[in-house]
Amino acid sequence: MNLYAVPSPSIRFLPVLRRHFLVWRKLALPSVLGNIADPLITLVAFGYGLGRLLPQVGGVDYIVFLAAGSVCMSTMMAASFEALYSAFSRMHVQRTWESLLNAPLLLDDVVVAEWLWAAIKGCFSGIAIILVAWLLGVSRSPMLLAVLPVVLLTGLCFAALGLCFNALARGYDFFSYYFTLVLTPMTFLSGVFFPVSGLPTWLQRFSDVLPLTAAVSLARPLVLGQWPPDAARHLAVLIAYGVGGLYLALVLTRRRFAA
Amino acid sequence: MPESRPSASVIPPVLRVRALVKSFGGQRAVDALSFEVAAGECFGLLGPNGAGKSTTLKLALGLLEPDHGAIELLGAPVPARAREARAEVGVVPQSDALDPDFTVAENLLVFGRYFGLSDAAIRARIGPLLEFAQLGAKRDARIQELSGGMKRRLTIARALINDPRILFLDEPTTGLDPQARHLIWERLKQLIAQGKTIVLTTHFMDEAERLCDRLAIIDHGRMIAEASPAALIRREIEPHVIEVHGPGYAEWSRRAAGLGCERLETVGETVFAYCRQPERALASLQQQAALRYLHRPANLEDVFLKLTGRDLRD
Repeated sequence: MNLYAVPSPSIRFLPVLRRHFLVWRKLALPSVLGNIADPLITLVAFGYGLGRLLPQVGGVDYIVFLAAGSVCMSTMMAASFEALYSAFSRMHVQRTWESLLNAPLLLDDVVVAEWLWAAIKGCFSGIAIILVAWLLGVSRSPMLLAVLPVVLLTGLCFAALGLCFNALARGYDFFSYYFTLVLTPMTFLSGVFFPVSGLPTWLQRFSDVLPLTAAVSLARPLVLGQWPPDAARHLAVLIAYGVGGLYLALVLTRRRFAA
Repeated sequence: MPESRPSASVIPPVLRVRALVKSFGGQRAVDALSFEVAAGECFGLLGPNGAGKSTTLKLALGLLEPDHGAIELLGAPVPARAREARAEVGVVPQSDALDPDFTVAENLLVFGRYFGLSDAAIRARIGPLLEFAQLGAKRDARIQELSGGMKRRLTIARALINDPRILFLDEPTTGLDPQARHLIWERLKQLIAQGKTIVLTTHFMDEAERLCDRLAIIDHGRMIAEASPAALIRREIEPHVIEVHGPGYAEWSRRAAGLGCERLETVGETVFAYCRQPERALASLQQQAALRYLHRPANLEDVFLKLTGRDLRD
């Protein structure tokens, strides 16, 4: 069990994924409300409330500008929440992982199932916001459909990053640092609420390598019915964080379980 | 006439552990441990807290990688092929680790899927397993509604969902009341009678004595003794124990060696006298009305305390 070995998950991760889905289905209503209500309120309150006071932002009404950011942010938040609090509950508190590992499953299988499940939870939230944006008439472009793969990649990326912190956590408190010191500042640096071009140049450079910036840069033009410029670079950033994050999460989790 | 039964050496052991070493941060948890478990045997790992019992189980299951040594579980090298070996293994962890969001039957169904079993195959097993665990009436109950004993029985049923060849149990009756404990023992005896191989850790001597064909007493990760419970008692300790307390016990203790007691141990206000010929010691005690005493055959607990000492392990 070399800590740095190439991941070797088996197809047995599927029943684990199914388990997470079955539990979610039992508790679906409160969890859906929790995941979606918050970004939804942000979108409507800021979009219409603040938007009324603002001239056009980025060449469009503020709610149109905000819609893409909200989709990405809610995907990020939901995937992160699942990969941190929920995965930690299963790993540490209710010891679900312990019984999984007694079955013919490896840690790699368990982590991959957590990763995919957190990404799926992120997608639920992102897609809900896309639907709301469509219903409100914020965007009726058929290219809204092209936001779906961006949402999936964003979910996979932040699920992987979240699992790295999960592997390091000693308790739930640790996660509030990740949310307040990493994710919340990132939303302000990634063009969710206002264009990155409003930031000082050195911050813009920093923003350029953030995964949420990549996600928003891909999603925003698509919401407006345009192909995103620099799509390959943004995709590369998202994929790099996702692949690197998943590998690091596996290494850190193996280290945790070897102790 | 020799019977045409295959000898023990022909059937490969279900679990083989050789020269196992595992350290955590410089501290040796398992130190040059070797043992074998034969098919159909109930093997007990006995030791004080922190002796390395749970670490040994985790190593045997391939959940930890040993620093040195070799493990073979059901013929597969572990941890290299642990995933494969565990398909025919059942595990009852100390913490139960049941799924609190599922009902009793759902816990079995979901767990069976991890083994790649079809839903139909699992459903066919759920009824008999719940009967076996005396949980037939609790099929649709939530986990929070179960008592500690019920949870442990459900965990045993869950460990049997794949009809394993070997069952590992980590302190199966810790924290249970006597009724629950006896029911678990009864069920484990049934499994042994069915031919299942069992490896269990425990620090309850009566549990080890009742269930195990063979015991390994380990302390500080090392094997101290390995034999059947009866052989351990015969081999490791004098057959009679006299516990003496009351006014004058210390004075009696000074004379006891001359009365045929081979070994004396004072614990608090009680003298434990271990002897092969207890008659003279008993005669002297009968003459001293103030002294209170208990004469009993030596048991596994005496062996355990002799081998691992009386110091607390917290």
